[in-house]
Amino acid sequence: MLSIKNLRASIHGKEILKGINLEVKAGEVHAIMGPNGSGKSTLASVLAGKEGYDVTSGEVIYKGKNLFDYSPEDRAREGIFLAFQYPVEIPGVSTTNFLKTAINEKRKYLGQQPLSSVDFLKMLKAKAKFVELDTEMTSRAVNVGFSGGEKKRNEIFQLAMMNPDLSILDETDSGLDIDALRIVAEGVNKLKTKDNAFVIITHYQRLLNYIVPDYVHVLSDGQIVTSGGKELALKLEELGYDWVEDLADAK
Amino acid sequence: MDLKEKLISDYRLHESKLNGFARGKIYNIKLDAERYFELLGFPNRKQEDWRFTNVNPIITNNYNYDLGAQPQISEEDLQNFLVPGLKANTIVFINGIYSDKHSKIITEKGKAYIGTIKDTQKSNKELIEKYFAGNADYKTDGFTALNTAYMNDGVFIHVSKNTEIKEPVLILNITDSSKGEIMYHPRVLLVAGESSKVSLIEIYESDGENFSFSNAVTEIYSENNSEVHYYKIQNECDKSYHVGTTQVRQERDSRFNSLTVSWGGSVIRNNLNASLQNKGADTIMKGLFIASGNQQIDNHTLVDHASPYCHSNELYKGIMDENSNGVFNGKIMVRKDAQKTNAYQMNKNIILSKSALVNSKPQLEIFADDVKCSHGATTGQLDNEQLFYLKARGIGEKEGKKLLLYAFANEILEDIPIDDLKVYLEKKLSEKLEKNNSLK
Repeated sequence: MLSIKNLRASIHGKEILKGINLEVKAGEVHAIMGPNGSGKSTLASVLAGKEGYDVTSGEVIYKGKNLFDYSPEDRAREGIFLAFQYPVEIPGVSTTNFLKTAINEKRKYLGQQPLSSVDFLKMLKAKAKFVELDTEMTSRAVNVGFSGGEKKRNEIFQLAMMNPDLSILDETDSGLDIDALRIVAEGVNKLKTKDNAFVIITHYQRLLNYIVPDYVHVLSDGQIVTSGGKELALKLEELGYDWVEDLADAK
Repeated sequence: MDLKEKLISDYRLHESKLNGFARGKIYNIKLDAERYFELLGFPNRKQEDWRFTNVNPIITNNYNYDLGAQPQISEEDLQNFLVPGLKANTIVFINGIYSDKHSKIITEKGKAYIGTIKDTQKSNKELIEKYFAGNADYKTDGFTALNTAYMNDGVFIHVSKNTEIKEPVLILNITDSSKGEIMYHPRVLLVAGESSKVSLIEIYESDGENFSFSNAVTEIYSENNSEVHYYKIQNECDKSYHVGTTQVRQERDSRFNSLTVSWGGSVIRNNLNASLQNKGADTIMKGLFIASGNQQIDNHTLVDHASPYCHSNELYKGIMDENSNGVFNGKIMVRKDAQKTNAYQMNKNIILSKSALVNSKPQLEIFADDVKCSHGATTGQLDNEQLFYLKARGIGEKEGKKLLLYAFANEILEDIPIDDLKVYLEKKLSEKLEKNNSLK
C-alpha cells in the first residue's frame, strides 16, 4: 500500500529525513520508534502534506500513485488518516459538523452521494459506541477544553468515522494514562482489518503491549537503522535508545 | 450647490412642508435642529470621530428627498425582507414613508402603545413630546441634526410599566431607489416603562440601482429595571449609504442588550451610545460586520458609566475581504463617581485579503479609581494550523475557510433568544459566506 524509497526531507534548509525506506502492505501494523529529534513527526507531517517541509529526494508511492502529486485534502480523501500528536482546537465547530463535512467531501471526491443527516447520525452513534466514546463529546467544539487523553480518543473516533486505508498515528500515546492508552489501543485493534494498514509512531514501547505490531522500525537521526518483529520493541525497552545510537554510528 | 447648501436652502423655502409637523414643541425642535445643521454641517476626516470613514461618497450625490407618492412593493418581495416564522408587530416604511397596508400590530393595546410618530403627535401629543429628542443630541452632531430637522415620520413605542411584550417590534426600512437617488431619515423612539421587557428589531433592505442614503436616529429610554433587546440588521446593497445613531438612556437596574449585524451597504456608520444613568445598569453590545468589495463599515460605540455599580460588555467581530475597510471604535467613559464599574470590550477581526483594512480603536477614559476595565483587539488571518487539520481530514481550503469563518461569526449569533431571528441570521450568514469572493 505504501512504498517509501530513499525519502529525504528538510525544513528551513536543515535535513531531517536522510533517506527513509519503508514498505507497508495491507493488513500490516508497523511501529516506528525513535528518540526525540529522530524525525518521527517529520515523517508523519511529510506524508500528510504539511506545509513547510521540502522533499529533496526520493519517492512515496501510495496505492500505486505518487503521493506528492496529491494535495493534503486529496490524500485524506484517498484514504490516508493522520492522527495528530497535538490536535489543534477549533472553537465554534462541533465534531459532528466537522466530521459530516469531511465525510461528505470524501464521498463527493469519490463520486458518491452525500450521507443524509439521519444516516450520518446512525453512523456516528455506532462508531462512538465501537470506540467507547460518549456521544456528548461529539456535540462539543473540536478539541476545545479536551484533556490530552480526550483529544487522542477523539482522534481515534475520527479514524473510525473516516474509515481510512492507511492510518498514521503520530505519538498517539503521548500524554495518556494507562486506561486511556488501553481504550486507544482497543479502538485500533478493533479497526484493524486485512485491507487497511497502520503506521504507529511512538517513543515508548508500552503502547505496543496493547497494539501488537507486525514490524518494528527504529528511526535515528533521520534514517531507519534497524527493523524487526515485535521483540525489537522489547529489546529497545531494555537497552534504551543509546543502543540504537551505537547501531547508527556503527553504520 | 453642494448637498448641505441645497438642504438648507430647501428647508428655508419649504419649511412648513419639510418640517411636516403642526406647530408645537416638536415643530420647534425640528426648526432648532435645522439651525444646528447649518452650524455643524457634515463632518469630515479632520474630526477625530470621522477620521477613518470617508463621508464624501455619501454627500456628493443628488438625492431626492421630496416625499412623493408611496412607492409600491409586492407582497412576495416584502416576504423576502421579513423574518420567516417570526410573529412580530411589523411596521413597514418605504423610503421613509409609512405603509399601512403592509404593517400590522399584534400586541394588545393595553400593554404597549405602538404607532407612527405622526399618529402619536395627534393622539398622544404630551407623551411623545416628553421624550422626543431628549436623548439624541442634535446640537453636537450634524447627521443627528439633519435627521431631526428633516424626519418625516417614524415609530413611537411606549411599553407600560411591569409589562412584558412577547412579540418583538420589527421595523422594516426599505430603500427603493429604482426611480432615482433617494435620501430619507428613519426615526424611532422607544420608551420601556419601569420593569417592562421589549425587543426592537430594525431591518434595512434595499431595492433599485441608484444611490441612496438613509440617515437614522433611534432613541431608547430604558426605565428602572426594564429590559430592552435591540437588533439592527443591515442588508442593503452596494449603492446604499447609511448613517445611524442609536442613543440609549438607561436607568437603575435596567438591562440593554444590543446586536448589530452589518453586511449590506456601501458605507455604513453606526453610532451606538449608551448612557448608564443609575446604579445596577447592565449593557451588552454585540456586533458582527462582514465586508467585501469596496465596502466601508464603521461601528462606533460609547458606553458612558455615569453611575457606580454598573456593568458593560462589548464584543464586535469583523470579517474583511477584498478592498473593504472596517472600523471599530469603542469608547468607554467611567466618570469620577462611577466606582465598582465593570466594563469589558473586545474586538476580533479576520482579514482575508492583502488590501482589506481594519482600524480598531479602544478609547478608555477612566476617572474613578475602584473599577475593573479591560479591552482587547485581535486582527489576523485564519489559523493555518486549523486549516491544515481540516485538510488532513479531507476538507479543502474553500470549505475549510467557510467552516472557520462561520464558526468565528456565529459566536455573535449563538445567544440570540428569539429562535426565528437566530435561524434567519444564521442562514443569511451562510449565504453571505457562500458568495464571498475569496471563497470561490
